[in-house]
Amino acid sequence: MKSLDAYRDEVQVRAVFDQLARVITREWTLMEVCGGQTHSIMRFGIDQLLPKQIDLVHGPGCPVCVTPLELIDKALVIAARPNVIFTSFGDMLRVPGSTTDLFQVKARGGDVRILYSPLDALRIARDNPSKQVVFFGVGFETTAPANGMAVFQAKREALKNFSMLVSHVRVPPAITALMSDPANRVQAFLAAGHVCAVMGYWEYEPLAAQFRVPMIVTGFEPLDIANGILAAVRQLEQGRVEVENAYPRAVTREGNQPAQALIAQVFEVCDRKWRGIGEIPQSGWRLRDEFREYDAEQRFDVGSLHVNESPLCISGLVLQGRKKPNECVAFGKQCTPAKPLGATMVSSEGACAAYYRYARHTFAVVG
Amino acid sequence: MITLQCPLPLRDYPNIVMGHGGGGKLSHDLVQHLFAPAFDNALLAPLNDQAVFAVEGARLAFTTDSFVVKPIFFPGSDIGALAVNGTVNDLAMSGARPIYLSAGFILEEGFALDDLTRVVYSMAEAAKRAGVQIITGDTKVVEEGHGDGIYINTAGIGIAPNGVNIAAANARAGDAIILSGAIGLHGIAILSQREGLRFDSEIVSDCAPLHDLVAAMLAVTQDIHTLRDPTRGGIASALNEIAEAAKIGIEIDERAIAVPRDVASACEMLGLDPFYVANEGKLIAFAPSEIAPRVVAALRAHPLGRDAAIIGRAVTAHPGMVVARTSIGATRVVDMMIGEQLPRIC
Ligand code: SF4
Repeated sequence: MKSLDAYRDEVQVRAVFDQLARVITREWTLMEVCGGQTHSIMRFGIDQLLPKQIDLVHGPGCPVCVTPLELIDKALVIAARPNVIFTSFGDMLRVPGSTTDLFQVKARGGDVRILYSPLDALRIARDNPSKQVVFFGVGFETTAPANGMAVFQAKREALKNFSMLVSHVRVPPAITALMSDPANRVQAFLAAGHVCAVMGYWEYEPLAAQFRVPMIVTGFEPLDIANGILAAVRQLEQGRVEVENAYPRAVTREGNQPAQALIAQVFEVCDRKWRGIGEIPQSGWRLRDEFREYDAEQRFDVGSLHVNESPLCISGLVLQGRKKPNECVAFGKQCTPAKPLGATMVSSEGACAAYYRYARHTFAVVG
Repeated sequence: MITLQCPLPLRDYPNIVMGHGGGGKLSHDLVQHLFAPAFDNALLAPLNDQAVFAVEGARLAFTTDSFVVKPIFFPGSDIGALAVNGTVNDLAMSGARPIYLSAGFILEEGFALDDLTRVVYSMAEAAKRAGVQIITGDTKVVEEGHGDGIYINTAGIGIAPNGVNIAAANARAGDAIILSGAIGLHGIAILSQREGLRFDSEIVSDCAPLHDLVAAMLAVTQDIHTLRDPTRGGIASALNEIAEAAKIGIEIDERAIAVPRDVASACEMLGLDPFYVANEGKLIAFAPSEIAPRVVAALRAHPLGRDAAIIGRAVTAHPGMVVARTSIGATRVVDMMIGEQLPRIC
């Protein structure tokens, strides 16, 4: 593998965009599905180098952003309980629930811990047999194998004090929902390289055919994204519709089959609500019946919760590529990373956060 | 009745969260909206890392800092050396020569005397290397469960040479911005210990006293406008603080900033930005661009400044904002960190 610097090289990236300028004849709207790609685009300023005819819109691929508010509120209630050690990846701690966030639950005495791996939660559970250890299992297909492994392992060890609050989401049903929407403008997708590294891209072939939309498996470095965009525009200009792999150093058509097998063993497909978007059929994973005892929603009865979303926040439209973050009236005013109104301003993969953190010098916003 | 001058940012957090101590925007808000207005005085107001004042003809620099690092021993250094060097560096960033330190220990019941001995001897050695003496101190013990083994506070006094006037607010549009070496080593060294992460080679903290480097620069010119050691919050937070204090815009070139390969890949793995990772042996200097190359040459002649480079300049455009030229030749904002940097999800 080349060192990362090679994928961040100005000369190479510009060479791809020069080719792009020669190929393109009209306007096209492309969506990058993954929030990690949105961040790369804004972090490196890729959008500034693109030909004007390309409109890059941002997709729903940020797991923190789409975790439903109800589940965040549940997390907040569980984490505040005295006998609980609540564990999560860092990003989830700052996401606003209806009234507060996990950081503040921690500040008020809740035992909330940031982990790098769900398997660390098992270690904490073994070390603290008198406490209930809960892991907030969010993510797309990328984190599902490791999260599934944690539950699998817990069952094997018959751990009685570990459970997972599950909010797993799947990309293909989200693409179906976007393309079925009459308001859709997306003409080609940059599919998320990390997701495809696990799942392969065989799942996308029927989608591309059904909706007549090119899909390019794309990595995260500037050169990867430039190549993904070039491949998409080539197909569009030539009237081709294919799933194309522009990230072969990490992705194969079949993907990581042991990981897929593990996911299938632990999880089953379910309908799931996406924050700001609503319910998407078949778009989530929940624990199978054999593992249901490790489902934190089953283990903790938190009663009924009344959720309260900011009326200003249009993150649902942002996540569907229908509005850009800077088109939100609250962007950079009532809503900043220090005082977020929506999850998209918090997450390290959120589109609003990316616009605010990296590109606010290009809009007339006072931060 | 105490009133908060601008209570809004603080009201959003009814309790202290970890980010209030992280060196980013929340820390900054706490100081700016609570401490500074409450203690209100001219020496505190510029919010430099130290205060410089005249006493009977001599210009003294005075500073204090507390050290709560976990783990207390880490690759390349430990909490004791850190407590000495951190305070020495806060003094040095005013151009002062550090002379005396105090040391206050808050020890937790049960802390191993062997570990305390190691820490204290490490402090003694660091003090010797920095040419300072620890001349007063204090010890308190708290009950088990009320501390993390050991916390150390150090305060320090130094003498600032006449004719030198270094402060964050003194940076001027047109200044060259100089960075003394590669970034991210201290923060990643700590993180690799704390999280049990393994890298190809051990990443070692850059913890070191910087007053010699400062003296080397001042030997070239007394006209250094601003110095900062980019500790918590990294170079991004330091540059943002300077941009705000001096009401200037800052432009940096990402490609001019040295990030060691291991630091870069650790950051990649954890989803961290090296610009926000802590350093303990680096400095940022603002100096008139005409003399900047000579200042860089002087830094490079010193072992702690071998990789010194000009990384950007101060401008009149976008006051208060730091803008970077990215590796592919576009631009981006380099924001102030909000709380602590958090590892990403996928
Ligand atoms: S800027 Fe803030 S309020 Fe507006 S959509 Fe983004 S997160 Fe929601």
